[in-house]
Amino acid sequence: MAHGPQSGFSRWLYTTNHKDIGSMYLWFSFAMFLLGGCMALVIRAELFEPGLQIVQPEFFNQMTTMHGLIMVFGAVMPAFVGLANWMIPMMIGAPDMALPRMNNWSFWILPFAFAMLASTLFMDGGAPNFGWTFYAPLSTEYAPPSTTFFIFSIHIMGASSIMGAINIIATILNMRAPGMTLMKMPLFVWTWLITAYLLIAVMPVLAGVVTMMLMDIHFGTSFFSAAGGGDPVLFQHVFWFFGHPEVYIMILPAFGIVSAIIPTFARKPLFGYSSMVYATASIAFLSFIVWAHHMFTVGMPIAGELFFMYATMLIAVPTGVKVFNWVTTMFRGSMTFETPMLFAIAFVILFTIGGFSGLMLAIAPADFQYHDTYFVVAHFHYVLVPGAIFSITAGVYYWLPKWTGNMYNETMGKVHFWLAFIGLNVTFFPMHFVGLAGMPRRIPDYALQFADFNQIASVGAFLFGAAQLVFLFNVVRTVMGGRKATDKVWDNPEGLEWTVPSPAPYHTFSTPPAVR
Amino acid sequence: MLKGFNRLFALLATSLPAYSAFAEVEGAERWGVNMTQGVTEVSRTTYDLHMLIFWICVAIGVVVFGVMFYSMWRHRKSKGYKAAQFHESTAVELVWTIIPTLILVLMAIPATKTLYDIYDTGEADLDIMITGYQWKWKYDYLGTDVSFFSNLSTPRSQIDNQLPKGENYLLEVDEPVVVPVGKKIRFLFTANDVIHAWWVPELAVKKDAIPGFINDAWTRIEEPGIYRGQCAELCGKDHGFMPVVVKAVPQEEYDAWLSERAASAAKMRELTEKTFDFDELFAMGEKVYNRNCAACHQPNGQGVPGTFPAIAGSQIATGPLDEHLSIVVDGSPQNPAMQAFGPQLSEVDLAAVITYQRNAFGNDMGDTVQPVDILNFKNKQ
Repeated sequence: MAHGPQSGFSRWLYTTNHKDIGSMYLWFSFAMFLLGGCMALVIRAELFEPGLQIVQPEFFNQMTTMHGLIMVFGAVMPAFVGLANWMIPMMIGAPDMALPRMNNWSFWILPFAFAMLASTLFMDGGAPNFGWTFYAPLSTEYAPPSTTFFIFSIHIMGASSIMGAINIIATILNMRAPGMTLMKMPLFVWTWLITAYLLIAVMPVLAGVVTMMLMDIHFGTSFFSAAGGGDPVLFQHVFWFFGHPEVYIMILPAFGIVSAIIPTFARKPLFGYSSMVYATASIAFLSFIVWAHHMFTVGMPIAGELFFMYATMLIAVPTGVKVFNWVTTMFRGSMTFETPMLFAIAFVILFTIGGFSGLMLAIAPADFQYHDTYFVVAHFHYVLVPGAIFSITAGVYYWLPKWTGNMYNETMGKVHFWLAFIGLNVTFFPMHFVGLAGMPRRIPDYALQFADFNQIASVGAFLFGAAQLVFLFNVVRTVMGGRKATDKVWDNPEGLEWTVPSPAPYHTFSTPPAVR
Repeated sequence: MLKGFNRLFALLATSLPAYSAFAEVEGAERWGVNMTQGVTEVSRTTYDLHMLIFWICVAIGVVVFGVMFYSMWRHRKSKGYKAAQFHESTAVELVWTIIPTLILVLMAIPATKTLYDIYDTGEADLDIMITGYQWKWKYDYLGTDVSFFSNLSTPRSQIDNQLPKGENYLLEVDEPVVVPVGKKIRFLFTANDVIHAWWVPELAVKKDAIPGFINDAWTRIEEPGIYRGQCAELCGKDHGFMPVVVKAVPQEEYDAWLSERAASAAKMRELTEKTFDFDELFAMGEKVYNRNCAACHQPNGQGVPGTFPAIAGSQIATGPLDEHLSIVVDGSPQNPAMQAFGPQLSEVDLAAVITYQRNAFGNDMGDTVQPVDILNFKNKQ
């Protein structure tokens, strides 16, 4: 029994193997991605035409809230943890994660957290309906009773993330193969190391803010109620102190994935490795001092407004460095365009567009016009969908042959890419227009001049949703069988993961590899 | 620059299949793709700033994507291109750190200037206090008796798709906030329940209205006209249904409007003494109910199970009158969503709506509440 997996369900329940746990994280996150996606489709279906057709405003608000929470905490974060579980030990030449039992625990509490969150949909008064940012006092004094369950599920998700982060840090700092110095680590490992520190720094802040809500709701405190001497704006400061680093938690590992894929398919080493590391660290540092740019309209003093505007604009510098490095890596390479490369290139282009609108939003006076409109919705979907989702997808296509030993179907992969790419742009690009033209976000019905672009966006959303079914089919088919992959899989990829057989054996690097 | 931008998108727009279900909205309004220039100096400066950054981003995008697409076109394996092996250059890294920083400094200068201008709320000619309620706005003209609520006036039947939608669907109110042109108007913002945000794009004013705190902003409108906006901060169920309508008029017209409003406020106070008959109260009450109560308790009085209690057959509406008066006038101590309507509605309106609730939806209590009853109830406290 010592060397292979157990059989049946107990394999998955008791496993401490990083590959098994990685797979479970990835499948779980895909399930959540579909669930959150269905909620997005309810939203887009309702917004297809002006007037209320399919759902009532109460339910619409529950959909926007649950869509955001599920995508952030259920789809994107667990997917990155899944990739980290699979790849980090193999990339640094370690036999497994440093804390394998905790690894099992941090995965298995997640399904319970999300079962509890989803169950609020069936409770009296409905699910949380105050947006994924849950601003007080809408989320305290005026919230449905199910809010308590929401708070508890956030606590569990936070515990899971913190344990995952501790595990990743312990693994990277202690279990690298001899010769694998920090500045030789693949960028995916570097970006995850920095992300893990961000998680440990901010998840307790999130736990703190929901606990303050719990106290306000049940135990008579007034943290966020002016009537009791508290301050509703305090909620926003604490929330965004978590929330802004959180958005980088969802993008830094993506930088690592793309930095692995582009050199492989450009057949040229990554340009500016060390500047990539420093840029990632700078972005992580800046993420702690820009939070109030989400709150430009709350009435801060002008000094605060200016500080947060300048600090936010500064983020463009290290982010720019990264984009320039990727483009220079491609420049004078010898490129081919397999599915992972297509997703990686789309990542660079669309993430940059999201970065541009982010720069516009950083300008406080202009933000007074953009704030809480569909322009913001367009912005963060441009950074998160091509940023997080496309990079995860690229990573899955890139490493799937290593995981399964089989090549995925390239034609189907390209079909998936083009459907997703077109669907994404048709959905989210028009949102810039309606936002600038004056459409607020989080409304179930809208004035007539916004009708045409909303209709287009809704069509795009269903196209994007359909594309994911192609992805699912392609992955399942590859897991079941297909053309055998070589050990190297691609032309000449860099990294220890390509030195082990395909599929990667259940245990890899039981003796550490030699790193030059 | 603006013209080119708009023309580009107009072209894009017209190349899409024509869709004419909402033909009422025509021309520039429809397919609107850009921020409004607005009708104040600040809104124009904001627009210029927005376009400046936009074009800077376009320029950077052209360079970066240009290099990228050139590489993707020329440097392909299928064309037999052999990869170079260069992989670092400190000089290049320094260049593309320093140049963007300089561009950012250039952007920050006009942005800072505009921000100082926006924050200069001193020396106003007129102060208007704006209070956000779930889901309506209250306007108090400070230093006068004039104070009123502004509710969505789009009929429910349009929202529910039973009637065709009007031109200003969801952007129309029963009472717009009337202001003079050419004067510096200071707005003070607060809220009664949750956080709202008052936004009129053409004035470039968006500010959060926060319960327990007061924010301020100012504007000086240059042209008479009607300017429409919406609540911008999620504030619960009817967040999408609390528009803002500002009517800017010449000073004389504004003065006339103000004195007329003050006179009608005085007349309303006199009406408190009057005794109404049941039918009058019931008819008035239905209007008050639909404007103030129906959003939660629903037009048919059935409420929303689990969230908003029904009026039809409710213990309060069919129970002792004092409890009914208490919950409407003072709100519910258990549930903050049931606001205190005592300070919001006139005695006449309160009497009418309570009469209506006790007799509509099959409640049939048969009793009539007079304005003076409300006054007595309030005085007892």
